[in-house]
Amino acid sequence: METLLEQIEHGKLWQFPGGIHPPEQKSVSNQASIGRIPLPDYLVLPLKQHIGANGQLLVNKGDSVRKGQPLTRPGANWSLPVHAPTSGVISDIKPMPSAHPSALPELSIVLTPDGEDKWCELNPVADYTQLDKQALIDIIHHAGIAGMGGAGFPTYVKADSAKHKPVEFLVVNGVECEPYITADDLLMREHAEQIVQGIEIMQHLLNPQYVLVGIETNKPEAIQAMTAAAAHNDKILVRGLPVKYPSGGEKQLIQVLTSKEVPSGGIPADVGVLVQNVGTLFAVSEAICKGKPLIERVVTVTGNTIQTPQNVWALLGSEIKHLLTCQGFEPVAEQRVIMGGPMMGFTLPTVRIPVVKTTNCILAPDNQELAVAGPEQACIRCSACADACPQTLLPQQLQWFAKGKEYDKLEEHNLFDCIECGACAYVCPSEIPLVQYYRVAKAEIREQKLEKVKAERAKERFEARKERLEREQEERQNRHKRSARSNTRSTEQSDKVSAAMERVKQKKDSQSAVQAAIERAKAKKSADGTLEPDNSEVALERAKRKEKARQYKAEKDAQATPDMHAGGEGSRKDAVAAAIARAKAKKAAQQDDDTAQSSSDAGTEDPRKAAVAAAIARAKAKKATQQDDDTAQSSSDAGTEDPRKAAVAAAIARAKAKKAAKDTEQPDEAQPVKTDAEPVDPRKAAVAAAIARAKAKKAAKEAEQPDEAQPAEANAEPEDTRKAAVAAAIARAKAKKAAKEAEQPDEAQPVEADAEPEDPRKAAVAAAIARAKAKKAAKEAEQPDEAQPVEADAEPEDPRKAAVAAAIARAKAKKAAKEAKEAEQQADTVTDEADAEPEDPRKAAVAAAIARAKAKKAAKEAEQQADTVTDEADAEPEDPRKAAVAAAIARAKAKKTAKEAEQQADTEQASSAPEQESPANDAPLSAEEKRQAAIKAAVARAKAKKQAAAKDQEGNDLS
Amino acid sequence: MTLFYALIAIGALALVFGLILGYAAVKYRVESNPIVDQVDAILPQTQCGQCGYPGCRPYAEAIANGDDVNKCPPGGEATVKKLADLMGVEAKPLAGGEEAEPIKKVAYIREDECIGCTKCIQACPVDAIVGATRQMHTVIADECTGCDLCVDPCPVDCIDMIPVAQTVQTWKWQIDAIPVKQID
Repeated sequence: METLLEQIEHGKLWQFPGGIHPPEQKSVSNQASIGRIPLPDYLVLPLKQHIGANGQLLVNKGDSVRKGQPLTRPGANWSLPVHAPTSGVISDIKPMPSAHPSALPELSIVLTPDGEDKWCELNPVADYTQLDKQALIDIIHHAGIAGMGGAGFPTYVKADSAKHKPVEFLVVNGVECEPYITADDLLMREHAEQIVQGIEIMQHLLNPQYVLVGIETNKPEAIQAMTAAAAHNDKILVRGLPVKYPSGGEKQLIQVLTSKEVPSGGIPADVGVLVQNVGTLFAVSEAICKGKPLIERVVTVTGNTIQTPQNVWALLGSEIKHLLTCQGFEPVAEQRVIMGGPMMGFTLPTVRIPVVKTTNCILAPDNQELAVAGPEQACIRCSACADACPQTLLPQQLQWFAKGKEYDKLEEHNLFDCIECGACAYVCPSEIPLVQYYRVAKAEIREQKLEKVKAERAKERFEARKERLEREQEERQNRHKRSARSNTRSTEQSDKVSAAMERVKQKKDSQSAVQAAIERAKAKKSADGTLEPDNSEVALERAKRKEKARQYKAEKDAQATPDMHAGGEGSRKDAVAAAIARAKAKKAAQQDDDTAQSSSDAGTEDPRKAAVAAAIARAKAKKATQQDDDTAQSSSDAGTEDPRKAAVAAAIARAKAKKAAKDTEQPDEAQPVKTDAEPVDPRKAAVAAAIARAKAKKAAKEAEQPDEAQPAEANAEPEDTRKAAVAAAIARAKAKKAAKEAEQPDEAQPVEADAEPEDPRKAAVAAAIARAKAKKAAKEAEQPDEAQPVEADAEPEDPRKAAVAAAIARAKAKKAAKEAKEAEQQADTVTDEADAEPEDPRKAAVAAAIARAKAKKAAKEAEQQADTVTDEADAEPEDPRKAAVAAAIARAKAKKTAKEAEQQADTEQASSAPEQESPANDAPLSAEEKRQAAIKAAVARAKAKKQAAAKDQEGNDLS
Repeated sequence: MTLFYALIAIGALALVFGLILGYAAVKYRVESNPIVDQVDAILPQTQCGQCGYPGCRPYAEAIANGDDVNKCPPGGEATVKKLADLMGVEAKPLAGGEEAEPIKKVAYIREDECIGCTKCIQACPVDAIVGATRQMHTVIADECTGCDLCVDPCPVDCIDMIPVAQTVQTWKWQIDAIPVKQID
């Protein structure tokens, strides 16, 4: 019994099961030698022409490159470089149709040849046996050599595999069993020497026992050439194989030459065999001995529609169209062009596809030569496919499973051992495209596996996230608990101490129960005291502030000075809001017999509308100045919210207000000028507001030097932090000026320029403050001869305290109003209702309009009757929960005030006079529903905001 | 006497088998309902909540407890069929009338429109969105399950669901694409 080696040495060949004998059609293209074709107009080089990853681009659009210059650099994961097949310019780098049945675009380099075909510097290796194996493998790697038989497996990976497992046989594949293709045949005939050189290089690298060259016996010249070339090397055994398709398949060839069967799902290396294509070995020899990278290959251009079917050296990246035209292509109707052979190739969707490293044949058959497959018939279970299958699979079984999408069954039946040779489809009498079914099923299974992996990862991530969220929540709870515990602990401790003392006392005088209770109460009390340090502090502070305000008031008592009190603004928003509001309110009050009143309120919140609003306000202000002969009253409210425009608008408004003041020639009364530029930046608002108010007061004092009161308030509350200071200064200066100018004021001429930035959230709070101020101004105007301290206590409300503060403010405002009424006879009525309803940008415009209308109405009423000043302050706190309650209280108070005013000065209630004028606008007090709606809207908005803030907060935490 | 022996023999057998069964019950105890794991393995793990349960596993548990198997739009008909096979119930068309072959999508954030609100980050069940407050966010396309959950919370509607582009790797032979000719 001979050993396997002996059998191989003696030339024994084995059989693989199945196989078919299709017409060879090789003589069509193997008569002529390998031709050269002219340079194409451009070359399209896909970055990926092999199995594995893309290389990294080394060139940019517009670079000029030499022939053989690498265009990409290989990275990890079996990546290979591509090289410039000729010298030229990189005209583009973009996705182009790929050499794939789908022709889906893949990133490609477009090279325009310059025709010079100038090589870059080549580094041939004189004697590869002197070189380190790794160095050789690197050369093969960087030459970009991939298996040229069809799959395109990177050759360097194979050459490297000997490290892991010894290679018993190196099998050289020169079988070329597929019909029509003669590329390897011609290459072996013409370049046998180089191929053998390539074999020897691989021999050097892999050190196999034998090199088996398999060539089908239908290529006698090739066998002859190879035998001659390999004669000097007795390790190279050239074998002529019987013609049978698909003996060129890797697994089949191994079986024929060595009798070894590659296990299912395995690779040839598992049985100590390595297979290389002759084309690949030629490329290896070129790379090592000549230093040339893989830039061209032999391509068979054949088929009945080709005039001169032949093998050509095609530069990688040449378009198929170019190859076809060079060989004389005469397309027929419904022409098909197939890349690869008729058995395993695929029909190209377009001929504008480049030649890649694995393109061995372009087949352009006419319709007789390669019949179009007819319609699929039912399977007759003839089992011809099973007989033909070289892998001994059960094609018909697989077909049914594939049709039924039973993918697990397909895998059980070893679908993935199918080499897609097409033998089964070839023999099928029912013309069932079996291979197509397998391809679809394989793709589907692959996708499902990928999906499964992805699903697994998604699940992992989902669970990790869930766990994280739970953990975070737990931590949060722990934190709460801890803080709560630390509080209770102190209480407990003191309790314990007192309890102990009690016990001692009990023992001592046994008075027990009562005393103990007292003791305990005391202990608790002390504990409680320590528990709420914040509140007391805050309260203290507020009390101090109030005290100050009161002192201030007292000082100015005699001169009807407005007392502006910037009550501690607890929350950042309150301050801001305050400002806003003031503005609206004011408009207020212009009284005169023949006064022309214009209150223009441009309360626009939408940043885009701010500019427009400001313009309107200005126009109105001008009008007002023109109209009034004796008095000029212009209250222009430019309510702009856009922080950037607010300053500008405010400035303009102020300028106009000044003008108006100057125009008044015989002013009899005080001219309160209020300029309120309201700040938007919440944090700095409080500070800025305080400064502004202080200045306003100063200005007011200066104005008081004349006989009558000329309170001027300049509240410049900067909205943009940066512009705040500037704006405030300007406002103040103007206010002062205005006050001085009013030398003989008989009447009140409040000129108000209000820039109202309305941050929706802050509007409500602001409104309250603003109203308070407006009232003050009105009163001052009415009591020219007397000193009437007006207090406006704007205590910005920490949302929680808003309601309380608002109530206080309102009470004070009422008081002031009453005082004013008592005094006033000549003074006119100024009814001012300012309803600052927080504006959701969309509703802001509407709200502002309503407010303006009301203000106007009030003014008109005042003219007609010349009496009371009813002033209502509606403070709508923002705390959503308390908002409704607070609003209700505020309304009630406002009404009350109004009534009182009525009784005293037999005036009309401005607030309940919606029916008198401006039918479109309902006074908020009388039209309760409307107001409630507004409040509700505000509450809703506030809540939404709060939620958003909470979410935001969460998000911050998370991130 | 024979009766006595028979009783002893059968009693002894009963004892022996009882012991074996008792041991097996302890030794090979099944921790959780294995059907839940099997169902969970079939579900696509998009964690999208379109079934009405907060994630795939809760739905798997619901199915194990007798809920309908046709509530998973991302899985499509294929999943319904598998679930029906596993649970031994009739496969029903997808509830809600979704298409049988759902198109795979991934979320894409139009980054110049993103305001950095982090709402989508909180909505994402698989942490596939990265970003920080007031910073632009972006989607890790590889991790995105296409569940749609981030689309609604976005206050500026800058998230699109984009169908996954087909590549050469994911391309499938279209066997049905062979044109059918009507012969008169």
